[in-house]
Amino acid sequence: MKFLKTSLITLASVLVLSAPAFAGEAEDKGLAIAKESKVRDLGWGDTQARMQMLLRNQHGETSTRQMRIKSMEQENDGDKSLTIFDSPRDVKGTAFLSFSHPTANDEQWLYLPALKRVKRISSRNKSGSFMGSEFSFEDLTSFEIEKYTYKYIKDDTFNGVDCYVVEQYPVDKYSGYTKRVVWIDKAEYRSQKVEFYDRKKSLLKTLTFSDYKKYLDKYWRATKLSMVNHQSGKSTDLTWSDYQFRAGLDEKDFNKNALKRAR
Amino acid sequence: MTKKLLMSAALLAGSSIFNVAAETEFEFRGNVELQGRLFTEDALFPLQNDEQFSLAFAPEFYWSWNNGDDAIEFVPSYRLDQHDDERTHGDIRELAWIHVGDDWETRIGIRRVFWGVTEFQHLVDVINQSDSVEDIDNEDKLGQPMINLSLVRDWGIIDFYVLPYFRERTFAGPEGRPSIPIIDTDNAFYQSSDEENHIDFAVRWAHSIDDYELAVSVFDGTSREPLLVPTNPIDPNTTLTPLYIQITQVGIELQANIEDSLWKLEMIHNQNDIEDYWALQGGIEYSQYGVFDSNADLGWLVEYGWDERGEDSPSNFQNDIFFGNRLALNDVDSTEILFGLSYDLDFDSTNVLLEASRRFGNSVKVSLDMRLFESDDFNDPIYLFRRDDHLQITAQYFF
Repeated sequence: MKFLKTSLITLASVLVLSAPAFAGEAEDKGLAIAKESKVRDLGWGDTQARMQMLLRNQHGETSTRQMRIKSMEQENDGDKSLTIFDSPRDVKGTAFLSFSHPTANDEQWLYLPALKRVKRISSRNKSGSFMGSEFSFEDLTSFEIEKYTYKYIKDDTFNGVDCYVVEQYPVDKYSGYTKRVVWIDKAEYRSQKVEFYDRKKSLLKTLTFSDYKKYLDKYWRATKLSMVNHQSGKSTDLTWSDYQFRAGLDEKDFNKNALKRAR
Repeated sequence: MTKKLLMSAALLAGSSIFNVAAETEFEFRGNVELQGRLFTEDALFPLQNDEQFSLAFAPEFYWSWNNGDDAIEFVPSYRLDQHDDERTHGDIRELAWIHVGDDWETRIGIRRVFWGVTEFQHLVDVINQSDSVEDIDNEDKLGQPMINLSLVRDWGIIDFYVLPYFRERTFAGPEGRPSIPIIDTDNAFYQSSDEENHIDFAVRWAHSIDDYELAVSVFDGTSREPLLVPTNPIDPNTTLTPLYIQITQVGIELQANIEDSLWKLEMIHNQNDIEDYWALQGGIEYSQYGVFDSNADLGWLVEYGWDERGEDSPSNFQNDIFFGNRLALNDVDSTEILFGLSYDLDFDSTNVLLEASRRFGNSVKVSLDMRLFESDDFNDPIYLFRRDDHLQITAQYFF
């Protein structure tokens, strides 16, 4: 009898532990949508672009941050990126190097030009604010399938576009979110809207994408990303410009020496 | 006219950053700084004052060509001090040609180089001399002439340095504050007969492996850290003259990012003709994100510094513990507050540092620093600063 009881408990725990293996239809569909959106964006190689952030606080005061971002796609790994800050002027020359990984911890280094110092920073800063904006570090790292588990919720229209609505649950316990709800358009598998739920499971932020442009006849990039923080009343508008694809960046543009000479 | 020139230079720089077709790109920027120090206690030395104002200027010129694979960087600096003739000084922080190859890079000229991982003391960092007259924290460095070859390999980055000229440390003069006015700043003793022309060598290997940062370095040449020796040993009121000895220093740097914490260690072995010694600085940095239900980040720092030479050590941190907090509000003005405390376990002395800074508009940054020195033991090097508690206000305009 005791044996039977133990066996039942063991069986129960096996079932719980291996739940993803028996994932239901909604989970499979959610994962399939994520995979399709990733597959459609494969092969872009390298990009460089300018980014402007317009920060707006609850009193309506604004401040801008300008930077340039170079990125390089990696085979079977997350992207490498180098961000160079141009304004405000006191942070000009500061640069940020990031190697993102699907399962292992991301690697991140910050270059402080006044001290000539390269600092390895903690990749646990996921929920920390990026440059005082409403975007956190994890909002700006490359999307990797392994970073979330998925669940398809429903079909919906957003701004007149037919979308799948998928919930994404971060795998990393250091994520600032319990879930993201993503509206992905059916035609091109692009993110149209994301709702972020904080660790207390309440709605924290909403991100909307607009002015999508197609590059190299295949790769869609949104020109404008608007993030609104519902809890603080602050918001950040992010605007991309001067996108260049396959401009000849290579590995030597993404090491600590490149970080030190970034201008 | 000058303003017009600056504006066109700025426009040129702004418009050409991503212009691949441009032959040579030029960029001009920099900052002007106004600084005031207010001392709260009567000065220890007769020529010192209770307030001290200064003006500093640090422009940066940058030219690049060959698609950025060749560049020249020129960064002069100058400070004009109200009282201290030693602090009224100029320097060339950078004047170097940088050439980038596929997996190598050469940097030839005057440069600044930083080595290290810890926050309160930089034991391993030996390439540049400290510009101590700027601030007693030794974070400001003088430009160092060098030929530097850097190789990028799968197993890390290895840097070779030939350092053909030596810079003496700067010290505040009798009218400066904080200052040790008994130091003779016009003379120096050298162990090597080549004096400042001694050619120094250094090599450093640095690598990142997953969550670990590792570096090993060797420096062979003139010590950047002077020993202060009596100029005239039989005179009880003698001045002290800096003595620069020959050293071979091996440095080890280690940082491990484990869970939420950064573990940091710097260790050196210094071999010289007076007394070989080991020293280390190590500790933990832990950060909390989004504290007080806001965007603010709060960092906690604890470090320990040790020097084998003990109480006789010329180092201020022979057996000291350090505690610090860093609060970044992540607001529109990038408001930051840094608190640091060091406690000397041998001399029971305490130093406190509070730094607060924020931006005004897009181009002005204002910092308010407070420094407190508490020391009762005349054997403690800090003892000479015991009446130098001060507030420092710095306004910087960036262009």
